[in-house]
Amino acid sequence: MNTLAAQFETQETADGGRIAFAGPWTVRHIGRQDAPLRAMAGAVSATPRQQQGHVTLDLAQVTALDTAGAWMVYRTLRDLKAAGADVTLAGVHGAYADLIELARVSDQPCDVEPETASLFEVIAERMGRAVMMLVWEMVALLNMVGVVLAVIGQVIVRPRTLRLTSVVSHMERVGLNAVPIVALLTFLIGAVLAQQGASQLKLFGAEVFTVNLVSISMLRELGVLITAIIVAGRSGSAFTAEIGSMKVREEIDAMRTLGLDPIAVLVAPRVIALVLMLPVLTFVGDIMGLMGGGAVAYAMLDISPQIYIQRVEVSVATNTFLVGLIKAPFLALAIGVIGCLEGLRVTGSAESVGARTTSSVVKSIFTVIVLDAVFAIFFTAVGY
Amino acid sequence: MAEDTGPIIQVRNLRNQFGDQVIHDGLSLDVQRGEVLGVVGGSGTGKSVLLRTIVGLKRPDAGSVRVFGQDVTALEGDARKAVEQRWGVAFQDGALFSALTVAQNVQVPMREHLDLPQQLMDELAAEKIAMVGLPPTAGPKYPSELSGGMRKRAALARALALDPEIVFLDEPTAGLDPIGAADYDLLIKKLKDALGLTVFMVTHDLDSLYAICDRVAVLAERRVMVVGPISEVSTYSNAWIQEYFQGPRSRAAAGAAARTSDA
Repeated sequence: MNTLAAQFETQETADGGRIAFAGPWTVRHIGRQDAPLRAMAGAVSATPRQQQGHVTLDLAQVTALDTAGAWMVYRTLRDLKAAGADVTLAGVHGAYADLIELARVSDQPCDVEPETASLFEVIAERMGRAVMMLVWEMVALLNMVGVVLAVIGQVIVRPRTLRLTSVVSHMERVGLNAVPIVALLTFLIGAVLAQQGASQLKLFGAEVFTVNLVSISMLRELGVLITAIIVAGRSGSAFTAEIGSMKVREEIDAMRTLGLDPIAVLVAPRVIALVLMLPVLTFVGDIMGLMGGGAVAYAMLDISPQIYIQRVEVSVATNTFLVGLIKAPFLALAIGVIGCLEGLRVTGSAESVGARTTSSVVKSIFTVIVLDAVFAIFFTAVGY
Repeated sequence: MAEDTGPIIQVRNLRNQFGDQVIHDGLSLDVQRGEVLGVVGGSGTGKSVLLRTIVGLKRPDAGSVRVFGQDVTALEGDARKAVEQRWGVAFQDGALFSALTVAQNVQVPMREHLDLPQQLMDELAAEKIAMVGLPPTAGPKYPSELSGGMRKRAALARALALDPEIVFLDEPTAGLDPIGAADYDLLIKKLKDALGLTVFMVTHDLDSLYAICDRVAVLAERRVMVVGPISEVSTYSNAWIQEYFQGPRSRAAAGAAARTSDA
């Protein structure tokens, strides 16, 4: 007999049957015997009660048994008994009896996954949840904006409550450290805009208006928009992850018990730093965008830097520049509040930090674009 | 088998250091098959580092660690996997995978290392969950929905998934209420008797030491200062050991253990 594999044999006896188990019945070896053993027990159960008689489970040839093997022996015993057979164990040696007894007391079926509802229910439930979530989220966001503004108001009334060190540190992280990436990307956008604009305007012999195209679109819209999107991806996500990890480690709760207001300690400095730095970054973005346009104008259209600067002066007024810049603090407020709010909504697990960070970036970019559109309509309406 | 005769874990002249800070120097320790060994020591004496070194989460800076007669610091690839399947580790706060339910957590080692039918895995997961004293309702729950004590039990169920020969427990009763801790001690004792487990337990719980440990190893001065049955260890002449085992809490625990064994 092969001693390296778990095996069983069934034999008919005068008054019933005998099932002889052999080999190592351990978790590493029993996989293949599960289906045959189950089928055999099922077949016995299917025969009429009066024909079953006495069944012996013989473990004499078993070379090793663990809790998994004991479970299968016990399960067979239980199923046969339930079918009405008179079952006895034989050849039980060593600690096998203890293991089978342990399997008996551990016979407690449990679900592996939470119960799932029908597809229709799932869809209805998700839709309902999504709608309520949307409403709830709007309320939470407005609430947060209010709380943050109240804290900022308090800082204005009593400047000593401002956490200056924290604000300056965040200004460095969200502002200064973002300068290279903002400068590079806006430079490239300015250059691409000029290059595409020039190739189209050339058809009308109006290449020189490329300068107007670049300067107006960069200063009014693109400079601030690109900058805000970069900052949302870079700093909004960082806010969520930082505050979220603190939430997981109960640091936020610890703060509350020490009489510290998490909004004042964590949220306000971040939002203030962002509101102060986004206009500065936008200014950097504007200038770099113009430089990108200028570089392409010089290379493709032979417009010298002096003439480029002159044309920019002619095509834009101060208000063009201000229209872009005025939006920056509002976009910063949205990014900061969404980032921190999502962080505070993290619950227990590491997964939740990831989910909230994703949602923070998506929401803040969405909000930035919506706000920009609202501003565009507003400025057109007031004719500024 | 030859490996059955010697100690199941054999640590020799172990040296561990983080930068300039030497945690272990010339540490030697034997764990016998089938015993419950409690490892105690002051904070920062490297109890958890010792556990992590034995299970291969930290590479020692010098010395050898032999488990089942094999030098585990030198094992790689499949040989290492084979050894890892023969022990189970329950971390201090469970370290359950948060994206999986308790039952799925218990099935992870079975799914990764063995080829078992799903129905059998479900039954075995249920068996392990019952074995560690969790109610069946805990199976489909996520770790974040469980209390600390239940998470520790679930972690033990996962450690037992492949019927290991050695179970490593890191502070198994820390953070449990006295009733929960006593239950857990009983559970370990019961499983050890039924399954013939060897248990390597890092603990601070004096009640556990008296109730279930066959031997106690005291880590101090970067090595195992003394190892033996608790009655011997507690009388060892060293200031720290005297303070640890003769303090008011220890005497209460010893009294409780004596009362239990009389009863």
